[in-house]
Amino acid sequence: MAILLLAEHDGASVSDQTGKALTAATQIGGEVHVLVAGSGAQGAADAAAKLSGVSKVLLADDAAYANSLAEPLADLIVSLSGAYDVIIAAATATAKNVMPRVAALLDVMQVSEIIEVVSADTYRRPIYAGNAIQTVQSTDAKKVITVRTAAFQGAGEGGSAAVETVSAAGNAGLSSFVEDALSSSDRPELTSAKIIVSGGRALGSSEKFREVILPLADKLGAAVGASRAAVDAGYAPNDWQVGQTGKVVAPALYIACGISGAIQHLAGMKDSKVIVAINKDEEAPIFQVADYGLVGDLFQIIPELEKAL
Amino acid sequence: MKILVPVKRVVDYNVKIRVKADGTGVELANVKMSMNPFDEISVEEALRLKEAGKATEIVVVSIGPAKAEETIRTALAMGADRGILIETDETVEPLAVAKLLKGVVEAENPGLVILGKQAIDDDSNQTGQMLAALLKWGQATFASKLEIGEGAAKVTREVDGGLQTIAVKLPAIVTTDLRLNEPRYASLPNIMKAKKKPLDKKSPAEFGVDLSPRLKVLKTEEPGGRKAGVKVGSVAELVEKLKTEAGVL
Repeated sequence: MAILLLAEHDGASVSDQTGKALTAATQIGGEVHVLVAGSGAQGAADAAAKLSGVSKVLLADDAAYANSLAEPLADLIVSLSGAYDVIIAAATATAKNVMPRVAALLDVMQVSEIIEVVSADTYRRPIYAGNAIQTVQSTDAKKVITVRTAAFQGAGEGGSAAVETVSAAGNAGLSSFVEDALSSSDRPELTSAKIIVSGGRALGSSEKFREVILPLADKLGAAVGASRAAVDAGYAPNDWQVGQTGKVVAPALYIACGISGAIQHLAGMKDSKVIVAINKDEEAPIFQVADYGLVGDLFQIIPELEKAL
Repeated sequence: MKILVPVKRVVDYNVKIRVKADGTGVELANVKMSMNPFDEISVEEALRLKEAGKATEIVVVSIGPAKAEETIRTALAMGADRGILIETDETVEPLAVAKLLKGVVEAENPGLVILGKQAIDDDSNQTGQMLAALLKWGQATFASKLEIGEGAAKVTREVDGGLQTIAVKLPAIVTTDLRLNEPRYASLPNIMKAKKKPLDKKSPAEFGVDLSPRLKVLKTEEPGGRKAGVKVGSVAELVEKLKTEAGVL
């Protein structure tokens, strides 16, 4: 069996999520080739070659792949697909965009966001915001899979795969890149952070969110998350949202501040190792999943916690 | 320009679902059903484009059991013009849904199809992208802003690192994210009016699409539960427990 893993990268390195998807690919079993598609992405290809378990890296270096637009990237993957039984990727925004397009072009039903590999063709995946877990067997000859990375450990380094250049597959020009407005931050990424401090609607404003949550996060070297309510209210940017339709995280420590705990939010964080909830409402559902709950005014508790650390 | 908006009838987002004891699925009998929340955002966006003079007609389509008519009527009550129900009691996977929708697109010739980015029941997040692939159209997924220009749409997308703006040639597929808009509620007079709006019923067979599932569902289970822990009385006690008991600090 041969597996093609689509890498998520910034041109110079591959993301932690790719390493986690690689673990899932290895569990499916077979030779794993990593596809690095980008513009000026030799560094990322070299980094992918060092991941343990990778037997070859395919580098498609072309302007068409600079911004991971779905249409040219899907066409590239399809052009390479003949040699592979499984096409897999971490369920990042890029892969969620491109992989179903690949699947439909190959007439395959994608298996989204697997959390466990049961056997080569059978996987477990959450449905209903993680309130039920389905075991599904794919009957398609070729499998297209995305991986929920919070459920897998990252692959280590130690590999020395060859990097092979593959040719671009053209660009029909159906869409074009206009601009990025990406958050820049020195904090760890939400999906790979060991500690996350998350804020909810109780923070009351964007200013308070920053004033209260950020110092605690920085003291802990933590990533910052937010509930949907806080993002909708404009207290936090969209890329901080944790939940069913935002990011799914599983850090060692998740501190939920002023988050009531709607099922959609719990779906994104309930696999965290240790959960702390700080909320003034002692009936808040978040306490039902929290290992440690502290009932009280977060505007007093959080600064106090920051000082105590 | 005509806009096509596919909508799905799903368990209401406020309902805590229950897994059937025999592991064959999720209990759907006597459970409140509603329009998938992302599809409400799609309907709203289409309505706003019509109100802004960018669209002339909004056609809503649903694939599902006879009761999915209620979901279409909800969209008609919000202001959509007419509905199409492709009636089936089978579970239709995203790939088959995309194939049926391709048939509807070929019959209706819309300039834009707006879909929710995912349905909150199977959480697949596939149908829009698959439809774009089958039609060989461009796609702009996870939209938080949509502007229609001459022959193209400018779409701001919610991505992992923040926002990305792309231009996509029309006709195109757009899938909606949470921040695109806040859907309106249907007024009582509009709910009454919606009952008289045209609704065509069709069968999957008319589209010649094979609905056989590609994924065999072997089992549906409750997730591993988490038990509530302890309440601590002070910040000092919390820090102590995190250091000694949990060992995470």
